[in-house]
Amino acid sequence: MQIVDVKEKWINRINTVTIGATRAEGGTRARTVTVGGETTLPLLTFEGEIPNPPVVAGLVVDVVPPDWPDALKKAIGPEINSPTEWAQKAVKQFGADLICLKLLGPDPLGKNLPADHAAKTVKALLEAVDVPLIIWGCGDLEKDNVVLPEVSQAARGENCLIGPATEKNYRTLAAIGKADKHKLIGEAPVDINIAKQINILLQDAGFDIKDVVMCQVTAALGYGFDYVYTIFERVRIAGLKGDKHMALPQIANVGWETWKVKEAIADEDVLPGWDRLDKRGPRWEATTAGGYIQAGADILTLAHPESIAITKQTISELMKGDQ
Amino acid sequence: MIYIGERINTGFKDIKQAVLDKNPAPLQDWAKKQTEAGANYLDVNLGAVSGKPEDMIWMIEQVQAVTEVPISIDTNKLAILKEAIKACKKPPLLNSTTCSKEKLDPFIEIASAYGASMIGLAMDESGSPKEVEKRVECAGMIAAAWMEAGQPMERLFLDPIVMPLKFMQEQAKLFLEAARQFQQLSDPPPNISCGLSNIASKATEKKLINRTFMVMAIASGVNAVILDVLDVDLVNAIKTGDLLMNREIYADAYLQKS
Repeated sequence: MQIVDVKEKWINRINTVTIGATRAEGGTRARTVTVGGETTLPLLTFEGEIPNPPVVAGLVVDVVPPDWPDALKKAIGPEINSPTEWAQKAVKQFGADLICLKLLGPDPLGKNLPADHAAKTVKALLEAVDVPLIIWGCGDLEKDNVVLPEVSQAARGENCLIGPATEKNYRTLAAIGKADKHKLIGEAPVDINIAKQINILLQDAGFDIKDVVMCQVTAALGYGFDYVYTIFERVRIAGLKGDKHMALPQIANVGWETWKVKEAIADEDVLPGWDRLDKRGPRWEATTAGGYIQAGADILTLAHPESIAITKQTISELMKGDQ
Repeated sequence: MIYIGERINTGFKDIKQAVLDKNPAPLQDWAKKQTEAGANYLDVNLGAVSGKPEDMIWMIEQVQAVTEVPISIDTNKLAILKEAIKACKKPPLLNSTTCSKEKLDPFIEIASAYGASMIGLAMDESGSPKEVEKRVECAGMIAAAWMEAGQPMERLFLDPIVMPLKFMQEQAKLFLEAARQFQQLSDPPPNISCGLSNIASKATEKKLINRTFMVMAIASGVNAVILDVLDVDLVNAIKTGDLLMNREIYADAYLQKS
């Protein structure tokens, strides 16, 4: 009996985005990281090309989030109190491909640190590690509008990936991205229509969407993960079908979201029968990351060394394909 | 929607004169304007101005000098097609063959050799069909021959044949029904194209008729059109139609030019 060939043929390729600039390219990075370029859905290596496997960005936060459990802090080590030392450890020991710096310090609801403080942190980080850098604002758009331009200037020429650009602040982000030669993260609140809208708006503001990575606002496992999963998937399918506003690589901010949910941070006396927290937390993070790899994430940010290791192994196993 | 820009055609006076004078400016001007307006193919038609392949090649070369958009070679003459296709930098669209075997077979052979796409008109040597059944029969013959040649359906365009509203009023409805049935010919279905401007031929409200018919055609499965891609109202109506058919993802700024 003849077996029917069920391979899908897509007409479009997802954009490739390169983060980081070497000395020859005007920056100081030892290497760059390229994502995207797929001509098929995630992991279907038999069906099309996946030239760039997903990458893991080690999450570094300038101010240790107050909710983070001791088990996570212990796993990262005392370096957690110094973004530069933490970043070095994430690259050298944990095996992160690049660093994602979350600037929590400027948050008006937290320490409300000034913009120049954030810029200094970024400069120090760029000196401490030679991998490409992702810089994520605190999320308060008014404050981000003040902080991100200074940060962007401090990292000028390093071709960082900066975000979030949303419907409210896309003009500022487009301007700094163009002026200081950075890539941008376009972020939509779990809404595919707004995700597309932001890309159109960024393009309209004169920023090339070939330099944009999309973020659908990540949800941890158990907290709307399935909604975000379907958006990742629909975005990718639309992109492969030829919608140029959807043919963009995607980032999942897994670490940041995971270490907020009770399954990852509550002790076993609060969640009896859920196994030890020091084991459960990284598994929750790695499992969420595994889900997003299947959904179509090109970049995953992760905090726990164990989940970084598991996720890197997952990627290398899955990308072996059918050989 | 796959947009095929109709303007580089010697049926238009400026293009005819340009070809006669070998003056590239008007061709290049329209090539740039249609590219900017979002055309996926630029139709190039030598018409009755000349029967010489080198004139068609000259036209194609002028267009390719200013745009990366692939060419739609608009001729039913094999001698011209065979030479013109060699001048195309990207796999072109062959516009067009009928289902008559003596024409269809060489067209498919050329398309296969060059990885080109092809428009097949749902008609045979006896002329334009008046019924739905005849259209489907012709389209079925073209699709079957295309598949037999091992060519992928995404490179086949079937045209149910638009007739002028003013003179053959009952035909518009039959076109729509035929388009609907063409979708059943294969899985995945072929592209379904239409030469839009024929619908409003000699009528007064040309733009309104074009636009209205196009939206109805989209609802019946048409996904490629030879059109005046500079008609903003028409293109906006098509973009809206694509959203309503759930072919594109909605965004508030979907009409914004990009």
